[in-house]
Amino acid sequence: MNGAQHRVSASRRHLVWRSRHASFIIEKRAVTVTIAFTTVTVAAAILAVTLGRVHIPYAEVIATLLGHGEGGMRQQIILNLRLPRVLVAIFAGASLGVSGAIFQSVSRNALGSPDIIGFTTGAATGALLQIVIFGGGPLAVAFSAMLGGLLTATMVYLLSIRHGATNGYRLVLTGIGAGATLNALNSLMLVKGDLDNAIAANLWLSGSLDARNWDHAVPLMGAACLLIPLAGLAARRLTMIEMGDDLARQLGINFERTRFCMIACAVLLAAIATAAAGPIAFLALAAPQLASRLAASRGVPMFSAATIGAFLLVMTDLATQFLATDLVLPIGRTTGLFGGLYLMWLLTRSKRS
Amino acid sequence: MQKRPGDRRLATVLCGLLVLLFIAVIFGIVAGARPIPLTTTWNAVIHFDAADSDHLLVRLIRIPRTLLAIVVGASLGVAGAIMQALTRNPLSDPGILGINAGAAMAITGAIAVFSVTNVTAYMFFGILGAALAGAAVYLLGNLGQTGDPVRIVLAGAALSVVLLSLTQIILVNSDEQVFDQFRNWSVGSLQGRSYPVLLPVCVIAAVGLAIAFTLTKALDTAALGADLAKALGGDPMRIWGLSTLSIILLCGAATAAAGPIGFIGLTAPHMARLITGPGHRWLLPYAMVIAALLTVVADALGRVIAPPGEVGVGIMLALMGGPFFIMLVQRRRISKL
Repeated sequence: MNGAQHRVSASRRHLVWRSRHASFIIEKRAVTVTIAFTTVTVAAAILAVTLGRVHIPYAEVIATLLGHGEGGMRQQIILNLRLPRVLVAIFAGASLGVSGAIFQSVSRNALGSPDIIGFTTGAATGALLQIVIFGGGPLAVAFSAMLGGLLTATMVYLLSIRHGATNGYRLVLTGIGAGATLNALNSLMLVKGDLDNAIAANLWLSGSLDARNWDHAVPLMGAACLLIPLAGLAARRLTMIEMGDDLARQLGINFERTRFCMIACAVLLAAIATAAAGPIAFLALAAPQLASRLAASRGVPMFSAATIGAFLLVMTDLATQFLATDLVLPIGRTTGLFGGLYLMWLLTRSKRS
Repeated sequence: MQKRPGDRRLATVLCGLLVLLFIAVIFGIVAGARPIPLTTTWNAVIHFDAADSDHLLVRLIRIPRTLLAIVVGASLGVAGAIMQALTRNPLSDPGILGINAGAAMAITGAIAVFSVTNVTAYMFFGILGAALAGAAVYLLGNLGQTGDPVRIVLAGAALSVVLLSLTQIILVNSDEQVFDQFRNWSVGSLQGRSYPVLLPVCVIAAVGLAIAFTLTKALDTAALGADLAKALGGDPMRIWGLSTLSIILLCGAATAAAGPIGFIGLTAPHMARLITGPGHRWLLPYAMVIAALLTVVADALGRVIAPPGEVGVGIMLALMGGPFFIMLVQRRRISKL
């Protein structure tokens, strides 16, 4: 290491690392928040693995996870039932958190989420078509949801291009139009469809972590591990684009390409999370907001949004397992309930916007 | 009032829209699962004959229903325009204040707990829920600092989600019958609404509209941001309070009467803005007339499209209006808030 080429400087809020070709700025508080939430999430995840119809003590869970399991049925329960479920919760939460952070930055709007380009509604249309009209199984439903979401997002993006460039505002308005139309189609299917199908469809719309296996978990984990770091690397560029396209251009950023890549990344993350866990709508909106409030960050809080998303979903799952007696508590709805209450509580406490 | 260039053009276009609205109303009364000739309709108004079933249909069902469509549309259009000015957010519709969610929650509770089935009782619970939710968001948005739009929008979004989640949890845990009733209410429909619904809704909406139109100037300043509004002599607390009151009245009445219709409150102001630009003196009347026009047409088409059944006005509005809205956004230069 050459001292002239690598330099680390620190202030009260930041750590800055510079080398000849690249530099990184690290916000201390964001790092603290990320580490704290990661720790709590991992602890909660281990707790979640011990809970269930068969109680399994911590020691055994940890031993099994480290590969020193005793075999038998309990190991099967841990490795093939509970672990995939918890992993789906963690990675779906993280993916949605990052997806929301990207959309809020691109649209410069606190209400931004994969919804604004009609993604969530499109996914629901795909799933409802499959459930109400074709009557496919769970995997087919997940696949059509993904397809529906991706198609809608692509269509909205293409429709909002004018003179070779999109504009955040036009993207938002086109998304509103597309979302509303598809939403009407969804309602039509729910109202005119057979009552049993409509109830099944409504359950899918509520999101679920039940009966998740490695088929759900593996693609989700693969996509999240690839796309989230990618998004993290582009966070700084997104922050600059927030200042306006002209300024970003002056700073040497190809804003159209960055925006396109980031939207694609966010849509893919949302798609794969929705396929794995159903639509968990509110997470993408709440996680980045909670992250930027807790981390007091001015940039796009990519990693803290990921950990907070994961935290919210795992904690909600845990809470439903503690609470559930004979009530059905779909994970998408309980996330809305707890996430919403948490955000409201935080709003009553914080003075800054 | 001082005349500005463009006023004459805007007034002419508005008159044109009113004529269109009038034609749409006639279409709304004539059209339906059972078409009624114009002359019979005219006679039903002028020489009412209680023995003629067509006359009864026109007087007791078609006319109140069409009037209600106007009131609901107008209320939602104006409420949406105020909401977007107040929060300075193009994504916000009246539903963002948690009002639709509050009404939905109250009505679901009423269906599930008290087994309520009639439309007039829905209205009572709807207004109650809307008022409670609106008051809660008002308080939440006001705690600490006042008038920070991001905070209000987030508080409303959070409360909406909490209420909708609770509604869904009640639904998932209730009988199938409850879900069946709710799904029909939740898409927005004017089916079976008559004078007992029309009269109270008209009164509430009229008060809401009156408050809204006193606010046009204040909203222009509010859209500039809290600091600038204060510098221009506006009182943010007063604007915020009156606007919220008017939104609760307008949106509560409309939602209670016709169910949650999200689309029109969101898009009618955008459509109006494409014609008028951002000033509220013209924006509010335009949003009102455009929304009323679309609602009447959507309701009538919903009755014609699949006889003898009908498609709810909320669904029809979005199905027709969505593509139209996208086309507008593509063609026109966008006027920002």
